[in-house]
Amino acid sequence: MTVPADLTHEDYGGHHGPRKGLLRWVTTTNHKDIGTLYLWFSLIMLFVGGAMAMIIRAELFQPGLQLVNPDFFNQMTTMHALVMIFGAVMPAFVGLANWMIPLMIGAPDMALPRLNNWSFWILPFAGTLLLSSLFVEGGAPAGGWTMYPPLVLQTGAAFPMLIFSVHLLGISSIMGSINIIATIMNLRAPGMGYMKMPLFVWTWFITAFLLIATMPVLAGAVTMLLTDKYFGTSFFNAAGGGDPVMFQHIFWFFGHPEVYILILPAFGIASQIIPTFARKPLFGYKSMVYATASIAVLSFIVWSHHMFTVGLPVGAELFFMVSTMLIAIPTGVKVFNWVATMWRGSMTFETPMLFAIGFIVLFTIGGFSGLMLAIAPADFQYQDSYFVVAHFHYVLVPGAVFSIMAASYYWLPKWTGHMYDEKLGKLHFWLSAIFVNLVFFPQHFLGLAGMPRRIPDYAVQFADFNMISSIGAMGFGLSQLLFAYIVIKTVRGGAKASDEVWEGAQGLEWTLSSPPPYHSFSVQPVIR
Amino acid sequence: MERRTIVAGSLPMLLTPLTALADWELNMPRGVTDLSAEIYGLHMLTLWICVGIGIIVFGAMAYSISHHRKDKGHKAATFHESTTAEIIWTIIPAIILVSLAIPAAQALIKIEDASNADLTIKVTGYQWKWEYEYPEEGIRFFSSLDSKSREASTLGSGIDPASIDHYLREVDNPVVIPVGRKVRFLFTANDVIHAWWVPDLAIKKDAIPGFVNDMWAKVNQPGVYRGQCAELCGKDHGFMPIKVIALEDADYQQWVAEQKQQAAAASAASDREWSRDELLTQGQKVFTASCAACHQATGLGIPGVFPALKGSKIATGDLNAHIGIVLHGKTGTTMQAFGKQLSDADIAAVITYERNAFGNNMGDIVQPAAVKAARQ
Ligand code: HEC
Ligand SMILES: [Cu+2]
Repeated sequence: MTVPADLTHEDYGGHHGPRKGLLRWVTTTNHKDIGTLYLWFSLIMLFVGGAMAMIIRAELFQPGLQLVNPDFFNQMTTMHALVMIFGAVMPAFVGLANWMIPLMIGAPDMALPRLNNWSFWILPFAGTLLLSSLFVEGGAPAGGWTMYPPLVLQTGAAFPMLIFSVHLLGISSIMGSINIIATIMNLRAPGMGYMKMPLFVWTWFITAFLLIATMPVLAGAVTMLLTDKYFGTSFFNAAGGGDPVMFQHIFWFFGHPEVYILILPAFGIASQIIPTFARKPLFGYKSMVYATASIAVLSFIVWSHHMFTVGLPVGAELFFMVSTMLIAIPTGVKVFNWVATMWRGSMTFETPMLFAIGFIVLFTIGGFSGLMLAIAPADFQYQDSYFVVAHFHYVLVPGAVFSIMAASYYWLPKWTGHMYDEKLGKLHFWLSAIFVNLVFFPQHFLGLAGMPRRIPDYAVQFADFNMISSIGAMGFGLSQLLFAYIVIKTVRGGAKASDEVWEGAQGLEWTLSSPPPYHSFSVQPVIR
Repeated sequence: MERRTIVAGSLPMLLTPLTALADWELNMPRGVTDLSAEIYGLHMLTLWICVGIGIIVFGAMAYSISHHRKDKGHKAATFHESTTAEIIWTIIPAIILVSLAIPAAQALIKIEDASNADLTIKVTGYQWKWEYEYPEEGIRFFSSLDSKSREASTLGSGIDPASIDHYLREVDNPVVIPVGRKVRFLFTANDVIHAWWVPDLAIKKDAIPGFVNDMWAKVNQPGVYRGQCAELCGKDHGFMPIKVIALEDADYQQWVAEQKQQAAAASAASDREWSRDELLTQGQKVFTASCAACHQATGLGIPGVFPALKGSKIATGDLNAHIGIVLHGKTGTTMQAFGKQLSDADIAAVITYERNAFGNNMGDIVQPAAVKAARQ
């Protein structure tokens, strides 16, 4: 195993600790500092995207238009999705990876620390570029985060801003992924074989490959949009011999692996937390690894299930229906393994465990509706309805977002050296769990009863469930302020956390002090 | 799960006046075709399978959570592997999936077989209305949101949507089909992608510019079936409803005859001279139905998106340029070629209106004959 020469130098922050002042954060190459930056960025974006969701739900509180006009509403749905996916969830996972992967595999830092600095610092620029499109003539992109042509080509001055911010976000993700792969392949402590890596490391390892494989595809697709709009090409213009549906194929070839990019690290987090609080090793470690890998492979051959209504040939519809149903098998294995890990354990229910259990239950509900959506004939009724909105919010909010919250509570004492306020944490969990169901469960009914997604106003028969959903959304939004409060409070002080923090915790990260030294593992640990 | 949400839902119910209490629609409609019923069956089958698996998995979890707790003094077991268990919970789901895939595949093959249709209707999506064409009958018309709904849905209109019949689900010209006959719908679009969705017919199909999709329905029961556009298509995506009326054969034939008469009357209207007042009255109607969604009833447009017609260079300038842009639209923008959509008389009327409304005061009028000449 080789350690990059950089890591032995003393000139980037030195061995005596971080630089002082703002410059520390701008110039840092330390994996913990960069992890922290990612996590704060993500928290801010969570509130920006959340504010947009509040505008959406406030408008949908009652039938009729009360607050915004339809064009601004479309800008909100588009931006909400882009901000949440690329600004909140992905950076949060990368932040967790930055903090935890070196600690979990016994590495002193990430393998490519300078690249690491870049991959973070591109993000605020990309985010600002995207958000500032709200203020240009014609407003922000309003054609949906899926950017389907020809509609997206009607975007005004915001169009190039959208494209370039997607490019920047993609570059940042690719650099982050290269770094994660390089770190995992090269910097594992002696004795840490691949099949000994903690599952969070495994799931991120696989996620990073997905990112490298798909981000360039997205970049290619949006570049083709750019040339279609400004340089007279006709990739997606039927009148010029192109095909608008081809964009959808390319987009979802990226987009479907992308949804696993948003959930595989969450699987990893649940697989760390459940054994800790069940005080029992993870059940079926190997099958967990294989299941993750097979989900990743399958994710490349299911993309057209997002497009069952575009008029595919029957053969293609059958293929994509069956391949999509197949994904249920490895996903099921994961859920069964988590339950088997809990089974006959000695469980306690601190906040991380509550969020992890909430994750499993609610993610599984999202998985069920996913299976329903896979059934192509029935999908003709579900597609582009609120049923789909309910489905992907179940997998993304109580799925991905709950796992990020679970991880934050789980590792916050390690990061800060302080225990968070357990009472408040539990309160935060229960508020979130109740409200999230209030927001999204009724949306299943709305979709089945015929309400399409992405509409600012609706027929009066949809009024009641929309009102419930909006009330839930306000409650959920407010509850997250509590999360911010708890985190800030813990960063600023609190009861001293021990090195182990949790009674049942296993793994290298718990052998370091809380908070860990600025340079972790200056002496390489050895795993038996 | 359903019960939980309904209970939680009763709280706001108590707070709201009795607006739409009757409409607690929870499930997919069974619909009015054989296939819609079959799809409903598949939906329920999958749902019950999920409920069954859910009961087992969540039941095991709940048992574990209530019994295997440290505060009850439960000691952790140490097992962490079982190949048998892994094989069981791979094989059993696989068998369940296969038993689901078979009926689904059978249904799919039936749905996709649109051959031997008795009647074809071509549906074209526009921003933001539908065009229906019956090639065999020579009928063709547009169908857009009813004006009452449009008025009530304007931001800050102050009109209670509940006071409007079928708010956002009513159109000016519904599409009419005969019951008991296999109707094949062809879908395409003029500008961006739309999707035609009527849940009772179990049809949702994308209407894509430059491409033609098809789907079919054989409706068993006369009635009115409503739906709306399902693919985001811009500002008024939420405002392009669909209303299908299924009639017994004799009634359907009568409707066809009426439509043909109306078409003849419309083409006669384009051949005569119109008075200024006639043009202005008709022009306002056309403007409200076809132009106001973008240029707004006030003619002020939406800055940066849709230009104002009040004082615009074209609407207060050269007449031929004005006729030109309305006939041919402007490629690369949302301004469509209305020459394909409106009759000569309607175009003449709306142009006359635009030049003499919103404070524009050109004083000139346009006759249908001038539009006809400009088309050549
Ligand atoms: C879908 C939205 C939309 C609809 C509906 C629409 N327009 Fe337009 N219209 C536009 C846009 C966008 C432009 C600006 C095109 C450009 O960039 O030059 C425009 C431009 C115009 C202009 C030229 C204005 C100027 O000064 O540049 C006229 C005249 C006009 N439209 C008339 C009509 C008439 C008449 C109708 C109804 C029959 C109509 N429009 C319906 C979007 C629309
Ligand atoms: Cu549409």
